[in-house]
Parts: sequence; structure tokens; C-alpha cells
Amino acid sequence: MEELGREHESHRMGMHTEQLTGRTQQVFFSPSEERNFTYRTGFDVDFNKRTELDVADMEATAINLELRRLMSEGYGTIVVKNPGAKHSLGVSILNRLQLYFEGSLGYFGCGLIDGPNVRVSGRVGWSFAENMMAGTVIVEKNAGSTFGAAIRGGDLVCKGDVGSRTGIDMKGGTIIVGGRTGVLSGFMMQRGRLVVLGDAGDNLGDSMYDGTIYVGGKIASLGVDAVTGEMTELDVQWLKRKLAIYGLETPNGVENMTKVVAGKQLWNYDNLEPTEKKLVL
Amino acid sequence: MCGIAGLIHRGNAADIGQEMTSMLQALKHRGPDSTGFALYGPPTANRYVMRFKVAEQEDVKKGFDIHRQIRARKAAVDERMAEFEAKVIEEDTVTEYAYRTIFNYTGDVRRLADYLEDIENVEILSIGRALELIKDLGDAGGVSKQYALGEFQGTHAIGHTRMATESDVDIRSAHPYWAYPFADVSVVHNGQLTNYWTFRRALERRDHRFVSNCDSELIAVYIADQIDRGNDLEGAMRQSIGELDGVFTYLVATSDSLGMAKDLMAAKPMVLYESDDLIALASEEVAIRSIFPHEIDTFDPYEGEVRVWKN
Repeated sequence: MEELGREHESHRMGMHTEQLTGRTQQVFFSPSEERNFTYRTGFDVDFNKRTELDVADMEATAINLELRRLMSEGYGTIVVKNPGAKHSLGVSILNRLQLYFEGSLGYFGCGLIDGPNVRVSGRVGWSFAENMMAGTVIVEKNAGSTFGAAIRGGDLVCKGDVGSRTGIDMKGGTIIVGGRTGVLSGFMMQRGRLVVLGDAGDNLGDSMYDGTIYVGGKIASLGVDAVTGEMTELDVQWLKRKLAIYGLETPNGVENMTKVVAGKQLWNYDNLEPTEKKLVL
Repeated sequence: MCGIAGLIHRGNAADIGQEMTSMLQALKHRGPDSTGFALYGPPTANRYVMRFKVAEQEDVKKGFDIHRQIRARKAAVDERMAEFEAKVIEEDTVTEYAYRTIFNYTGDVRRLADYLEDIENVEILSIGRALELIKDLGDAGGVSKQYALGEFQGTHAIGHTRMATESDVDIRSAHPYWAYPFADVSVVHNGQLTNYWTFRRALERRDHRFVSNCDSELIAVYIADQIDRGNDLEGAMRQSIGELDGVFTYLVATSDSLGMAKDLMAAKPMVLYESDDLIALASEEVAIRSIFPHEIDTFDPYEGEVRVWKN
């Protein structure tokens, strides 16, 4: 009980002052609270300090530890050669960094990152960039399933095709798929934008709470409580600006993309009392 | 979890024993309990290769009488083969409990297989003109060395590393499964089938045999049943997408083909590499990369997808 009464760092950061009412539980930091924008375990790096790392004969743990060591020495641009589709590379990077993978990654690559700019020249496996918080991640070829699961921020881009359940449980940020996406994409998404320039598989946006999905190709079927919405000028301008950043375009023009949003017929989260919300969370 | 892998060379035979060993060893973390190979050599006319076992690996470590029992079971197999005029050309004792026999035979394969399996504890792993099915406890490197698979030449292969979740750790529950009694048809599977018992009862009523309680065996029997009813391989696989319930990705091989099928939820992984000379598939790209050190383009097949390639 004594533990419950103690003031923690999170209290001092103002994370427990929000009233559990309304639609958001986001905490907005003030620019004056500069120290809250960085992690204690993050590194202060210099983008002009560049190095290359050949990981052909290294295990995943050793590779990630070496990346941390290089960051701790201030390297802000790191090129990883021969990643060989190994799993869990480039995870938990909590600072700005230019990270280039020359080759393909396996499962769970670049998960739990907050801030780095990552580019993968090959393909990535399942659950890439899961729980990403901020930064930009670009995959030049294809990606496996659960691409960008539960991301909260940043831009996550795959220029090729992606597997099933893309953006499942996403809570913010933007996912852009240059090609096709599979079944149950946007499943239970709560916030953010999922942009698919090609076709989308069955049950798109199933049980989505909120957020927006844009599809340039055909949609096999919409999921439960997902409905088409009206494209506004704001949507069009945002899509044009965003796609231009990554050199992408949709053959029929963004004006003709299909917008999918939550129907909110099965959605009663905001109607819950604060105490009930705590139980749901 | 389990890991599955497959490869097919178009045109030429290659070191598929070594290649499949490398792929499955790379998937060891997905299933360390047992490993199995279905390797396809050049098909031969009127000549069959049979892989069979007369005991489980763990049986050999128990009791004083097991060695005498094993010899007696093997003698009974020899006797019944002779009775059915199956002429043995070559025979290898791979382990004390597992054998490889090449024989000439012009009769009904199912009758022969039924008669041999009527001997207690005898299980035929495969009969084929091209197929040799090998499975045992341990990782790919160990099983490959034990059965001398490194030098196996052939056109295509499928394999499996098993993490036992729904049945025992033993050879009978290991993959691949032979689609008994159809020569040269084998299956590996990653996933869970939720209508296993419903389908098993129905198939047993149509005289299909099950040797384990592993749900994956159902796919092999299902494919066998479909072939028995006149369906072709691709048709059978397409039909399975709607009829088998659960989450699954599976591979099927025949004497000249390799096929893959993925359930409607796409809940189990599969990575595919396709070139003019070779098709390779695996639960993880790292398995494909074990035989391709250079960069390659791969992709995930989609939900409900069925593909079949010929060599």
C-alpha cells in the first residue's frame, strides 16, 4: 500500500493528472519540458559520424549490442551489411539515428523504436516495426504479416506488397503500403492512418475503433463496423503531401482512393464511465 | 510452433538432402522435438522404395526384450513381403528400428501396406517410386547424419521441424506424413486444425487409417481421400481451404510436384522464393537464406492461396 502512495517519475512528468473523460488519453508535453523528449537510455549521436557494420557472421543479440555500442560512441549513421534475414534486428532504438540495412530482415525487426530513420533495401518478415513510437521507416521491397502492429507514431512505409493484418491494433502514426495488403488489415485500429495504394484483402478495418484507411485498389470486403467515408479536400491534400515525401503515387490519383472509417455502430468506448474505462484498459 | 520448408528444382537433380538439412536446421528454434524429410529422387518404374520402422526410438531404451522383439517384427515383415511376391532388391538397416527397402512389386500397394502394418508396431513411413520419408527425434543435423541424408540427390523435398503441442514426442507424431496408401504423396503442416475429430471420424468410416493423434496427419489422409475420389492435387488442396477449419499452412509433394496452401486467415507464416530454376518455401526467410547466401527477392503468399509447381 505504501508503494501506491509514492510519487514516481511518471507523476513528476504529469502522466497521472489527466481526467479519464473525453476521447483521448494522450499526454501533451510542453516544449519547455525538453528533458521529457529523450530517454535516459537514449544516446546523443552525430549524423555526420558514419560507420559500416558487416553482420554476416554475427548473431542477432550481438548485432543489437554492437549497434548500441556504436550509438554510445556517437555514431549517428550506421550501415548494416549482410543482415541475412535474421530476426529482431534494430530493435528498441530510442534516439535519433540514420540506420540502413543493406539486405533483408527476418521477424520482429525494428520493434519498439522511438525516433530513428531506418531504411531497409530488402524485404522484412512478420511484425516489422511493432510498437513503433516515432521516426521514419522505409522498406524498399515486400513485408510479411502484422506489419506495423500497434504502432503509435511515425511513418512506416513498405514500397512493395505486405502480408495480412497490416496495422493491426495501430494507435497512431501512418502506415503506407505501396502494393497490396492481405486479410484483416487495420483490424481493431484505434487511431492513425493506413494507406494502401494497391488492393486490400477481406475484412478490411474489422472492428476498428477509429482512424482512417485509404485504399487505391480494390477492397475484397470490409470488416465488421468498417464503412466507407467521404474523401475530403483535407484527405486529398494530406495524401498528396505524404505520398510525395516517399516518391509514391497511386495509378488512379488520390482523389479516387476509397476512404474507410469506423462505423461506430458497435463502438461504445466513449460512453463508459471512467471507472469502467479503467477496467477495459 | 513448428517450421516447414520445401524446395523444387526445375529440370535437374540437386543436393536436396543437404539443402533440406540446412533449411530445417535454420528452423530448429521453431521446433526442436523431431525433424522429418520427404525426399524425392528420380522415379523408377516397377520398383518401390519403402521406409518403415518397427519400434519407436524411445522403445529401444526400455526393457531387455525389445531387441529380440525388433528382430521378430522385422522377420515378420520379410516373411509377408515374400508372401506377397514383393522381391527385395536392396535393404539398409538405417537404425536398429528403421529400415529402407527397395523392392519390385506389381500388385496392389494398399493391400501390401495393410498386410505389413498388421504386424504389431510396424509403421510404414512411405512407399514410393521417388519418395523416401525419414523422420526421427532430434534436430535436422542429427537426423540427417543418422540417416546419411547429406548425399541424397533428387529434384524436390519437403521437411518439418516439430514443436509438439497436441500429441506426443515420438516418430509417429512427427512429420512429414505419407498420404497412405498413395505412392509418393507426402505432407507437412504448421498450424492447428479445429475440426480434426469430425473429419477423422468421417475418414475412418471410409476405411482410411490414422497412426497418430496428431492433427496434421488429417491433411495427409484428407488429400489421400480426395485423390481416391478422383480429384487432382491442386483441386484437393483448393477444396481443403474451405473444408479444413483452423489455422494452417501446409506443403504437399508428389513424384513430380510441390504444392502449398494457406488458410483464409493467413495466420501461419510462409515465405516464398521463386526463380526459373528453383522454388523454395519456408516458415521463415532465414531458412531459404541458408541455401542462398546472396540477396534474393521473397514474398508472403496470401490468405487462401494455393500454388502447385512441377519439376
